[in-house]
Amino acid sequence: MLSDWLYIGLFILIAAALPAAAIIVAGLLGPHKPNSIKNQTYECGIETVGETWVQFKAQYYIFALVFLVFDVETVFLYPWAVAFGQLTLYGVLEATLFILILAGGLLYAWRKGALEWV
Amino acid sequence: MNFWNDPVNFIGQWLGGLLSGLGLAPSLVNFLLSLLGVLVLAMGSLLFTIFLIWYERKILGRIQDRLGPNRVGPFGLIQPIADMMKIFTKEYITPIGADWLPYNLAPIMAVASVLLLYAVIPFGNRMVGVDLNVGVLYLVAIGGFGILAIVMAGWSSNNKYALLGAFRVIALLVSYEVPMVLALLVPVLLSGSMGMSAIVQAQAGGFWYLFVAPLAALVFFLSSIAEVGRAPFDLIEAESEIVAGFNIEYSGLKFGFFYVAEFLHSFTVSVIFATVFLGGWQGPGAATYPLLGFVYFIVKAWIVYFVLLLFRGSLPRFRIDQMMDLNWKVLTPLSLSLVVVIALVDKLLANVSLLVRGIGLLSSSLVVGFVAVEIMRQAGAKRRREVAPAFEHREAASGSAPVQPGSGGGL
Amino acid sequence: MTSIQIIFLLAAAGTLAAGVFVVSSPKILHAALWLIVSLFGIAIMFALLQANFFAVIQVVVYIGAIAILIIFGVMLTRRIMQDTGLQLTRFWWGAALASLGIFAGLITMLSGWKAADIALPEMSSSGTTQAISQLGQALVSPDAYVLPFEAASILLVVAMIGAIYIALDRK
Repeated sequence: MLSDWLYIGLFILIAAALPAAAIIVAGLLGPHKPNSIKNQTYECGIETVGETWVQFKAQYYIFALVFLVFDVETVFLYPWAVAFGQLTLYGVLEATLFILILAGGLLYAWRKGALEWV
Repeated sequence: MNFWNDPVNFIGQWLGGLLSGLGLAPSLVNFLLSLLGVLVLAMGSLLFTIFLIWYERKILGRIQDRLGPNRVGPFGLIQPIADMMKIFTKEYITPIGADWLPYNLAPIMAVASVLLLYAVIPFGNRMVGVDLNVGVLYLVAIGGFGILAIVMAGWSSNNKYALLGAFRVIALLVSYEVPMVLALLVPVLLSGSMGMSAIVQAQAGGFWYLFVAPLAALVFFLSSIAEVGRAPFDLIEAESEIVAGFNIEYSGLKFGFFYVAEFLHSFTVSVIFATVFLGGWQGPGAATYPLLGFVYFIVKAWIVYFVLLLFRGSLPRFRIDQMMDLNWKVLTPLSLSLVVVIALVDKLLANVSLLVRGIGLLSSSLVVGFVAVEIMRQAGAKRRREVAPAFEHREAASGSAPVQPGSGGGL
Repeated sequence: MTSIQIIFLLAAAGTLAAGVFVVSSPKILHAALWLIVSLFGIAIMFALLQANFFAVIQVVVYIGAIAILIIFGVMLTRRIMQDTGLQLTRFWWGAALASLGIFAGLITMLSGWKAADIALPEMSSSGTTQAISQLGQALVSPDAYVLPFEAASILLVVAMIGAIYIALDRK
């Protein structure tokens, strides 16, 4: 129902406003004396070298991709689970097939070593 | 309607009558009532965190044979309030080159993403913020904002450790979302609804999903510990590896809010576990007296939270590759096969009595669990045999010869 | 104007503005964050239509998964994550003109579209568990979407295998 979403919208506003207000209040209460040495990047006591935003390795991308595939899969499975009580055995077997195909994908990723963290 | 049978609506109607008496329009009255409800819920959970911090420090102290906080107030109860007052007067230090808006938005979003979870939790019969018909997926969706807060914090701090820590953690968090979502599929499948209240109603009469599908509960529990970033999965704040991770450049209350978000989140996952697997507010007499149900609910959530603290107090941290292996090679295949087995067993036993069906589901879960443990045991033994010769070789050559690495692959 | 219409207009304006910022912000993470704002705007539209399931899915899949994937993808492809120059070419006015032309064309075409006038049957169960149940039954019933359902599974696996094949360095 629409009023549900209005309630959640209100909740989003309040949940963001409360910590924001607290952070602002704490900023007013606390001291504010920045200087260029204090504000330097902390790196275990040595000066930082080079750019922060550097290239990362492909492993992160593969994990995110495998996650995305399984996320979309479960999205398909949720309405199926809600309808479960009304389904025949055929419907359950269809979803089993769906899961098995994806399990095959997981097996491929596993065998290829895409799931190793190196 | 009487207060003891329906406290929230009773107070709502009373306040509504009071406000209408002041001559306000009905829509404005409704808006003010919702606003009040949201404020009570959000403020209540934020203030509750203060108590949680005391409780956790006390329990951890006891586990480590210390007293924990015991100086300020009786049993040290005032300690977190003193800490809070201190953190409010701390200076904010913003690193050079930080990205102002994401940097400041991240702690707010971290807290908001936890507070928002409480919008759909049923605290008792007819005591729920909003009974969304997609409640379970709503919880998953809000969890995504928590991940986003970590991305923003790590990126905007202009610090290599923060960025590295953030990306490591995100890879972990998104990975553990897979078994968590699959484990949540089981209660949805058994209750036939994604609404949190409907899931609680379906567990009436002691038909708790912890008993019916213990394996799903275990997978959910483990992956939600990982989502919260608690030991043994506390790579979020691996001090010895990446200094502190994504929140290294935060100070004062901005850091404090990441801390608050973590503490509140770990209680919140206990609350969700109690709702989904322990029957929520169900208990003798809880349907007619919602406040009694509220007490049951808090007690159940508290027990889960205590187990979580025992985990934290007693287990060492996993390595990141071990965590990834646990997720992708154990929990994900396990939860996938669990969903299939439970769906098939439940459909085949559709026409028998509830008790027989429950026993059938329980035994199928146990069989799956036993097979999984057996496979893991054999794979582990095989892996140890592969690694063992390399160690013997190294000892024989007293470290001078290069070590032959075990032929990788497998578990 | 009702309050729902005001919310809709605000959300629509926010979605569009965020879309413009996606292509115009020099920092690539800002572009990603604006993309998330834009996607969230779409989720608000679904919520206003009482399509609860799609509203939540929009957040779970697009913000929770695809945005993360894009951010990881960005980290891979670029050496330096920030452009210093202006994000506009010399012929930005040409691009603006062309997109305005396409927009006007779409509007004129769609305003004459007959199907837009046909009133759809009201869904009595929208926003309830029953609506999701109907969707779930349609997904696996042979006279509805069972073939697309299984094809989606194969498509997902193919996408995963392809990406792993390309991204993984073979030793």
